[in-house]
Amino acid sequence: MARTMWDSSVGKKTVMAVSGVIMLLYLVAHVIGNLKIFFGPEEFNHYGHWLRTVGEPFMHYEWTLWLVRIVLLVAVVAHAVSAYQLSRRDIKARPSKYVHKKPRASYATRTMRWGGIILGLFIVWHVLDLTTGHVHPGGFQEGHPYENVVDTFSTWYGNVIYIVAMLAVGLHVRHGFWSAAQTLGVGSRTRDRALKTIANVLALLLTAGFIAVPVGVMTGVVS
Amino acid sequence: MKLTLRVWRQKNADADGTMSTYEVDGISPDMSFLEMLDTLNEELILKGEDPVAFDHDCREGICGACSLVINGDAHGPERTTTCQLHMRSFRDGDTIDIEPWRAAAFPVIKDLVVDRSAFDRIIQAGGYITAPTGSAPEAHATPVPKPDADLAFEHAECIGCGACVAACPNGAAMLFTSAKVNHLNVLPQGAPERETRVLDMVAQMDEEGFGGCTLAGECATACPKGIPLMSITSMNKEWLRATRKVKR
Amino acid sequence: MTTYADYTTGDPVADTKAPSGPVHERWDKRRFEAKLVNPANRRKHTVIVVGTGLAGGSAGATLAEQGYHVVQFCYQDSPRRAHSIAAQGGINAAKNYRNDGDSIHRLFYDTVKGGDFRARESNVHRLAQISVEIIDQCVAQGVPFAREYGGLLDTRSFGGVQVSRTFYARGQTGQQLLLGAYQALSRQIAAGNIEMHPRTEMLDLIVVDGRARGIVARDLITGKIDTYFADAVVLASGGYGNVFYLSTNAMNSNATAIWRAHRRGAYFANPCFTQIHPTCIPRTGDHQSKLTLMSESLRNDGRIWVPKAKGDTRPPHRIPEDERDYYLERIYPSFGNLVPRDIASRAAKNVCDEGRGVGPGGQGVYLDFADAIQRMGRKAVEARYGNLFDMYQRITDEDPYEVPMRIYPAVHYTMGGLWVDYDLQTTIPGLFAVGEANFSDHGANRLGASALMQGLADGYFVLPATINDYLARHPHQGEVTGDHPVVQEVLAETEDRINLLLSVDGDRTPDSFHREVGELMWEFCGMARSDVGLRKALERIPQIREEFWRRIKVPGTGQEFNQSLEKANRVVDYLELAELMCLDALHRTESCGGHFREESQTPDGEAARKDEQFSYAAAWEFTGTGEAPVLHKEDLVFEYVHPTQRSYA
Repeated sequence: MARTMWDSSVGKKTVMAVSGVIMLLYLVAHVIGNLKIFFGPEEFNHYGHWLRTVGEPFMHYEWTLWLVRIVLLVAVVAHAVSAYQLSRRDIKARPSKYVHKKPRASYATRTMRWGGIILGLFIVWHVLDLTTGHVHPGGFQEGHPYENVVDTFSTWYGNVIYIVAMLAVGLHVRHGFWSAAQTLGVGSRTRDRALKTIANVLALLLTAGFIAVPVGVMTGVVS
Repeated sequence: MKLTLRVWRQKNADADGTMSTYEVDGISPDMSFLEMLDTLNEELILKGEDPVAFDHDCREGICGACSLVINGDAHGPERTTTCQLHMRSFRDGDTIDIEPWRAAAFPVIKDLVVDRSAFDRIIQAGGYITAPTGSAPEAHATPVPKPDADLAFEHAECIGCGACVAACPNGAAMLFTSAKVNHLNVLPQGAPERETRVLDMVAQMDEEGFGGCTLAGECATACPKGIPLMSITSMNKEWLRATRKVKR
Repeated sequence: MTTYADYTTGDPVADTKAPSGPVHERWDKRRFEAKLVNPANRRKHTVIVVGTGLAGGSAGATLAEQGYHVVQFCYQDSPRRAHSIAAQGGINAAKNYRNDGDSIHRLFYDTVKGGDFRARESNVHRLAQISVEIIDQCVAQGVPFAREYGGLLDTRSFGGVQVSRTFYARGQTGQQLLLGAYQALSRQIAAGNIEMHPRTEMLDLIVVDGRARGIVARDLITGKIDTYFADAVVLASGGYGNVFYLSTNAMNSNATAIWRAHRRGAYFANPCFTQIHPTCIPRTGDHQSKLTLMSESLRNDGRIWVPKAKGDTRPPHRIPEDERDYYLERIYPSFGNLVPRDIASRAAKNVCDEGRGVGPGGQGVYLDFADAIQRMGRKAVEARYGNLFDMYQRITDEDPYEVPMRIYPAVHYTMGGLWVDYDLQTTIPGLFAVGEANFSDHGANRLGASALMQGLADGYFVLPATINDYLARHPHQGEVTGDHPVVQEVLAETEDRINLLLSVDGDRTPDSFHREVGELMWEFCGMARSDVGLRKALERIPQIREEFWRRIKVPGTGQEFNQSLEKANRVVDYLELAELMCLDALHRTESCGGHFREESQTPDGEAARKDEQFSYAAAWEFTGTGEAPVLHKEDLVFEYVHPTQRSYA
C-alpha cells in the first residue's frame, strides 16, 4: 500500500494533503501560543518552558517537544519532496507553452509552488533565528523567547521576512486546505461552500494572528 | 467579417512548429468555427498551399474529435466544443490565435492535430465493466436508484476530447479519468471491479506522462460537457478506498 | 436516350441461409444448424472488422470474447468517436415494461410496416427478438439509461408506433451505447485479443479464390498503404448518406469500404432507399458543411405547424392560433406529430413547396413547445429535452423556450447497403456487413430508435453466431501473403489511384466536387424523385466524374497526414455510388417509404406502392465504372404481416 501510495500521483497528493493537515494543525496551535506574547514576558516565557515539560512525569523533559519536532520534520520533508516530484512531473507533462497566454490559467499552481518555496526558506530562517539562535539579531537567550521575539521584530528585515512569509501562509492555506479536502475525498458538492469558507477563515485568522506579533512589537505594544 | 488568424503550423511530429498568419474575409456570423477554417482551407488548396490540418468529425459536439485552443482557451470562449462555436462569438477585425492541445501525453501529429491515444489506453486499463456478450442478467434484475443513475450519466457524458488536459496547467488527465471512474463506480454493475478499476486507471494515467492535479480547476471550466471538478474529489476518495481494500 | 440509365437483369438472388418454418423459431433453428468452431481453434482464426461504431464495436468485442483474433480498423483517432455516437433519441426493445400491449410480435409488425413492406420478415423478427437481450447487455455494461424514481428503466414513445418501447439516455443514447461497446472493445484490446488500428482507412478489399481474405488500408498519419489478411472480413463502416454532401452524418463518414467491396463483387441492395429525417436544423447559407439533427423524440411534445397563408412573414408569436396549420395533426389525426419519418419529411416539403415555409428561404417549419411548456412546465420540458434545446440555441442563436424551433428535413440514414443473407454475409463468401452498411432490416424506411437496435443486434448477437458457421465450414484456408499476385494487383490499383489524385493538379478542390454531386443528388434523388429528374442526374454524374479526373487538385503528398487526399479519395467513390442510387431510384417506379416517386402517388398525395411489381429487394452487381450494372431481384415474401397501404391517418 505504501508503495502504491508513493508511486502514484494521486498517492503523492495524499501524502501532501496529510502532511499539510498535520502542519496546519501545528500552525493553529502555534498561533494560539504566539498570541500569549500579548500577556507579557512572564506568561509567554512560562508557556515556552511548559512546552518542554508537557507529558511529565510520563515523558522526560523535552521528549514531547522532540516528538512533535520529529513529526513536523517528517511532515515538512514529505510535503516538500512530494511537491518537488509532483511539480517536476507537472512541468514535464506540459513541455511547450501556449503562444497565446492566459494569465489566470495557473494562479493556484503558481502561488502554491512559489509560496511553498518561500515557506520552506522561511522555516529554515525561523528555526535558526528563534530556536537555535544562529542567525538571531542581538544576543539569543535560551529560555527567553519573549525577548528573542522582540529582538527579531526590532529589525526591519525580521519584519519583512516574517510578514511576507505569513502572507504566503495565508495563500497556501487558502488553496491548500480546500485542496487537501479534495485530495482526501472529503469534498462534495454540498460541502464545497463550507470547505471554501473554512479555508478562507483559517487563512485569514492564521495570517492575522501571526502578523499580530511583529505588528505588536513595531507598535510598541510588545516590548 | 474579416479576420486575421494566427495558426500553429507544424509539418509533422518531429518538425518544429510556428504560428503563421492568414487573412480570411467574407466570414458569416452564422458559420461555425470549423466552417470558417474550411473557408481558409479551400483558399489555401487553390493557392497550392498546404491546408491547415485539424481533427473534426461529427460537428455536433458529441464525437470529441475537434480540439483547438482558441485565444488560449480550449474550445474557445464559449463553453462548448470547437465545432459548436460560432463566429458570432467574434467581432469583425479580430485576430484569433489557434493552437493545438499542448501536453506531453498528446504529441502533435500535424498542425492542430494531436495524438490522444493515451486516453484510449487509460480506458483499456480498467474503464469498463466486464460483461461479456450473452452473460447479462435481465435488465430489471438490479434497480438503480435514480440519483445514482443520474450521477453516472452526468459523468458518462464525457466525450474524451481532451480539453481538460489542454487547459490544465499541469497537463493532467484527472478529469477525464475521474469521469469514467465515477460513471462506472457509482453503478451496482460496476461494483465488482470498483477498486481495481480506479487503481489501474490512475496508474495508467501516470504511466502516460500526464501531470498531477493541483486542483486549479481549469479542466472543469474548459470541459464542454460540464463534468464537475468534484468528479476528481470523488475519484480521489475511490482511489484511497481502493488502496485500503486491495493488497498490491 | 437510355445510354446512361442502362442496366441488365440477371438471375434472381435468394437468401439461402434463412430457415423456413414459423417465423419465431427461425433464429433458434439457424443457430442450431450453424456449425461451431471449437473454442481451442478460434484463436487460429483472424477476423478483420472495419469500423468501430455500434455494429463494429460490438462485433469486434464479442468476436474477441469468443476467442477469435480480431484486427480492427477505424479512420477516427479513437474507436470511441464512430458516428453512432451522435444518435440521440433512443433504442427500441420489446420489453413491454410498460404493459402497454407491446410484444416481440408487435415490434416485428411495426418495423415491417414502418419499412413499407420492403424488408425481410425473417430478419425483422430476429431483430425484434434480440432487442430484448440488447437492453440487458447494455445495462450490464453500465450504460446509464434513464430511470424512474423506483430505479427501473424509463421508456418513451417514438415516431410510427403507439407503444412506449424506446429506452434512452437523455438525448445521448447513441453516445452511451457506443461507449458501452467501446469499453467492451477496450477490454479486449488490453487483453491482446484485438489488434486495433485507429486512423487507418480501408481502401480496398482483397478477394482470393472467390473469398474475402483481407483489406488494403492506408495509415492516415504516415500515408503508408498496407495489406492485412484474415479468414473473414466484416464491414461495419456505416451508411453512405454523405453522398448528399449535406447530411447529418459525420464529416468523414464515407462509402469507400462498402463501395470498394461492391466493386469487388458484393451486391449493393436498394441504394436509393435513403431516409430524410424530418427534424433537422435548417441550413443557414452556402458555407454549411453539415446538418444537425434534433432528436425525433422532440415530436413527442412539440407541435409542428406552418402559417395557413402563403408568404406569411409575421414572427410566430404574432400568428394567431386559428391562422396556424398544424398540418400533421390535421392530415394524420391518429398519429399526429408522431407519423413515421418519411411521411413527416414529405409533409414538410409539401408545405414549403406551397410557399408556406418559414425562416430564411422558406425552407423550414415550426416545432413549437409552447403548449408543452404550458402543460408540464418549463422544468419538465428542460429535463426531457434540455440538451437538445441548448444545442439548437447554440447553432441558431434563438431560444426555443421562447421562439418555436425551425426544422427542416435532412438526409440522415441509408436503408440500402451491401446485400447480405440471413447470416449477414454478402455475395462474396467470407465478407460480412453489419449495421448501416448492410441493407437488411429496415426496408424502405427505418423507424426511429431502430438503427441502434439493429447495429447492436448485428454486432453483439447475430454476426458472432453466424460467422462461426462460415469459419467452421472453411477452416484453415491456407496462408495469403503480400506477394500473392491478387494482393499485389489490388495494392497496385490503390496506389495508382492515390498517385493519380495527387498528380492531376487541377483547379478544383475535393469539396467543390463533393458539394456539386451532393446538390445534384438532393435535387433529383432527395425527398421526391421523378423520371425526368433522375435521368437528368444520370446524365450529369458521368460528366462530373470526367471533370473530376481532369480538374481535381490535391495538395501535398501521399506519404503524410493529408486530409485533402482522404477527402478526394472518398469523393471518387461518391461519384460512382451516386449513379447507382439514381439508377435504382429510376428503375423503381413505385413509391415506398423514403423513396417517393412523383409518378406514383395516391390521389391525396401519399406514397403509392406497387407490390405486384416491386415486392423485391434490388441487388445490383457491379460491372465497371459507368457501365450497365446487373440487377438481381430478391423476392420478398410476406407470410405474417400482409402488405397494406400504410395508414397513419
